[in-house]
Parts: sequence; structure tokens; C-alpha cells
Amino acid sequence: MNDQEIIDLINTTLANEFELNIDDMVPGAVLKDDLGLDSLDRVDMVIVLEKAFSFKIREEEAIREIHTLGDIHNFVIHKKQEME
Amino acid sequence: MQTRRVVITAMGAISPFGRGVNILIESLFAMKSGVTNITALADFGGLRTHVAAVVPDMDPREIPRKYRRSMSKMSIYATLACQEAVSQGNVTEEQLSGGRLGISIGSTVGSPIAIQEFFEDFLTYRSLERMRATTFFQIMNHSCATNVAQALGTTGRILAPSSACSTGCQAIGYGFEMIASGKQDMMLCGGADEFHPLSPATFDIMSAASVRYNDTPHLTPRPFDRDRDGVVCSEGSGILLLEALDSAQKRGARIFAEITGFATSSDTSNIADPNSESIEACIRLALEDAGAKADGIDYVNAHATGTIQGDIAESTAIGRIFGNKAPVSSLKGHLGHTMAACGALETIASIAMIERGSLIPTLNLENVDPLCGDIRHIRQIARADIKTVLKNNFALGGVNTCIVIRGYANE
Repeated sequence: MNDQEIIDLINTTLANEFELNIDDMVPGAVLKDDLGLDSLDRVDMVIVLEKAFSFKIREEEAIREIHTLGDIHNFVIHKKQEME
Repeated sequence: MQTRRVVITAMGAISPFGRGVNILIESLFAMKSGVTNITALADFGGLRTHVAAVVPDMDPREIPRKYRRSMSKMSIYATLACQEAVSQGNVTEEQLSGGRLGISIGSTVGSPIAIQEFFEDFLTYRSLERMRATTFFQIMNHSCATNVAQALGTTGRILAPSSACSTGCQAIGYGFEMIASGKQDMMLCGGADEFHPLSPATFDIMSAASVRYNDTPHLTPRPFDRDRDGVVCSEGSGILLLEALDSAQKRGARIFAEITGFATSSDTSNIADPNSESIEACIRLALEDAGAKADGIDYVNAHATGTIQGDIAESTAIGRIFGNKAPVSSLKGHLGHTMAACGALETIASIAMIERGSLIPTLNLENVDPLCGDIRHIRQIARADIKTVLKNNFALGGVNTCIVIRGYANE
């Protein structure tokens, strides 16, 4: 899976889960302010990403530093590289 | 204690007939049955009843995801019914958020569908890692009440009575008392439940579910009928906007009816078996609360679910008080038993009967059981000048509830 495929999977997974417009899924989108995702959604975001990518990220410290969709893209790409 | 007159200024319904009060009332007067064969019920070993009345699929996406994510089906039903009432009643944003409008909505249990989903995963994987953050908000017992409050932005009191089949009636009664005492000016009151095999299984193991009409579902349940064989479980939500009379008059609201009395009591003779003396006592308490005499009741909307014992106990109690004077019918033959919603849905139908001056008979009552025979059964649509109605509901656990409703007279 290359980086673009990872980004596409993240975007479609989150768009489906949270009923977001795929056109709004841009790297600079702030999760809370632009996509309307609050603390409850962040819990479910971890669950759907863990399922989509078959990894465990719930305990990762870096999760707490995520503010934008781009942060998620970078986090998951980095995590996938670690796993390889 | 301050006492104010309490009126009904709006209604909303989700029923096996679909969405809205209109389709509910038209279907009842058209003597339609919402009961169908649910083939999936045949998959469960030991479950002999394969009939139910379920709400047709509806798209809940008009409720924003922010609110919908914590809702199971029962909360969606309650929210859509409340939205109908709020719209019909011309309730403003200021009234919703002003702290004088409360919620009194209950269900039998928290969402059984959400509970099942949680435990299926938990017991399969022995793990909580896939538990959604919103699951608990569907499972908690006050799920319907709080989800409605969140979705509508109401900041007044929250009540979530839970007394199984008496829930809706109790929710209306407690809302009535809340307004009468001056603590709130408006209350959205009622009940909601979602269908799950747990409901028919509960009745089936007590041999109180209908099992002989799986191939002819429209012929069951059969309240008061000689050939009745038990409850048919159902789902939905009924909501009434209760309001202080002075509040309704001040804003020029349409007034549908007035609640004049309420009583609820505990029957400790048995946790499951209804008792005619206890029912009779509760009816008398409600009449006393309303300042009404037996001959002042023009129609009794019975709980009568189609069980052998329950129908006998209720008709015996009604007969002792009203003889064969007041006409009596049950709407369970049309709707099945909508559980926590039945008190409210049947109250809505009773108000429609008052407005139309026409009584809805008991569907599937073909041969009156002689043991239910001491009362005046309605066998066909009948014109009647109905001013005052007694509404009964009785629940497993020994919870009796009765409301007295009067057509509004601006005296």
C-alpha cells in the first residue's frame, strides 16, 4: 500500500463513519472545527482506523497530538512504515 | 402545592402504521392491523410466537449525526415523534431552551439491540477495544429522554420513568403532576420501545405470548375474545405535549384535550399476575383525582393486551365500577403491544375519538369471552358524544396506571 492509497483509505473510512463530504477531506482540515469531530468521535475514529489498517494505535502517545486530517495521514503512514 | 390545569397542545407518533399521528389515527379507524409474521423469529429455538408489529423502515438522517450517533432505534422514534409534536405545537426555540419545558419519556429497558451488539463482541473477543464511545448512551435507561433533550435543546427537567407496559401512561401522569405543581410549564411526555426478540421471549416463557396465529397474524392479538392466546409485541413511540392551561392560552395554542386526573399504584399480590381488586382501586383513585364519578366517564380505553388473565382482571375491575354502561375497547388488536409507547399512542387515539365523536372498536373481538362479558364492548365503529375518557395501562411488576382525559371545554 503506497502513501496515496493509505490517504485514500483514511479519507473514505472517516467519511463513511462520520458522514462527511469526501471533498472536505483535505489535509488542512481541523478535526474539531472543520470536520465537527469531538472527543466521542475521536474514540470511534481510533476504532475504525484500527479495523481498516489492522493495527493497534489506541495507546499511542502521538494520537493525542493529532489536530488535523493531515496529522492522521502522517501518523498512519509512519505507523505502517514501522510495521513493515 | 400549586395546582394548575394541564392541557394537551400537540402530539407525535411513530407506530407500526408509519410516521405521524395522522396515519396512526386513519389506520385505527380503518380497522387495519399492523401485525405481521416475522420470519426471523422462527430461527430462535423455544420461541413459539412468530408475530409482531414493527415500524416500517424510515430514514433517520434528518436527525444530525451529532445527535443520532448516541441513539438506538427507540431514541430515534422518540425524537421524530417529539419533532412532530414541537412542530404541530408551534413551540419556539426560546421555549425549548428556556428551562420551563421538560422531558418525561421512558422505555422498558435501554436499547436491547445495543446491549446485544456490545455483548456479542465482548463475549466473543473478551475485549473492550471495539466498544464505541456512544454505546453506553444507547444502553442507559434514560437514553430516550436525554437523547430527545439533546436533539431538541431542551434545558428543563428530565424524567425517565420505566415501568414496562405502564411506562407511557406513567410518563404522562408524572408530567401532568410536574406542570400542575408549577415546576414546569410544558412537558414532552410519552414512551418508546424498539422491537427485539427479548420482548416476545419474555411473554412466551410465561405462556402469555400469542402463538396460534403465526400464519394469520392479522387475527391476533384478540383482546377480550374467547380465542385470544396472548400478547403480540410491537414498537414505536407516542409523545404528547402537556402544557399549563395559562401557558397555552397566553400563546394562543390549539388545545386538544385536558388531563384531569392520574393515579398509579403498586400491586403487591403478585409480580406477574394482574389483580382485579388492585386495578379497581387504581381506577377509583384516578377518578377521585379527576373529581369524576363513574357515570361521568364516557369511554374506557382498556390496556387489554389479549392475555387470558389480564383481560379478565381488567374487565372485572371495569365491570365493578362502570357496569355495562361505559363503552370499552382496546387498541392492541390493531397495534399489538407497543410496550412503553402504548400508553401515549393509545392516549393520542383516545383524543382523536373525543374530537371525532366516534369510537374505535376492539379489532379481532369476534366472540366475547364470558369471563370478560360484564362490560360494554365496542364491536363496530360507533358515533358517541364522548367528553371524558379513562385510559388504563398495567404492567408486569405490578404497576397500575390510569389517566382521565377530558375534551377541552373553555369554561
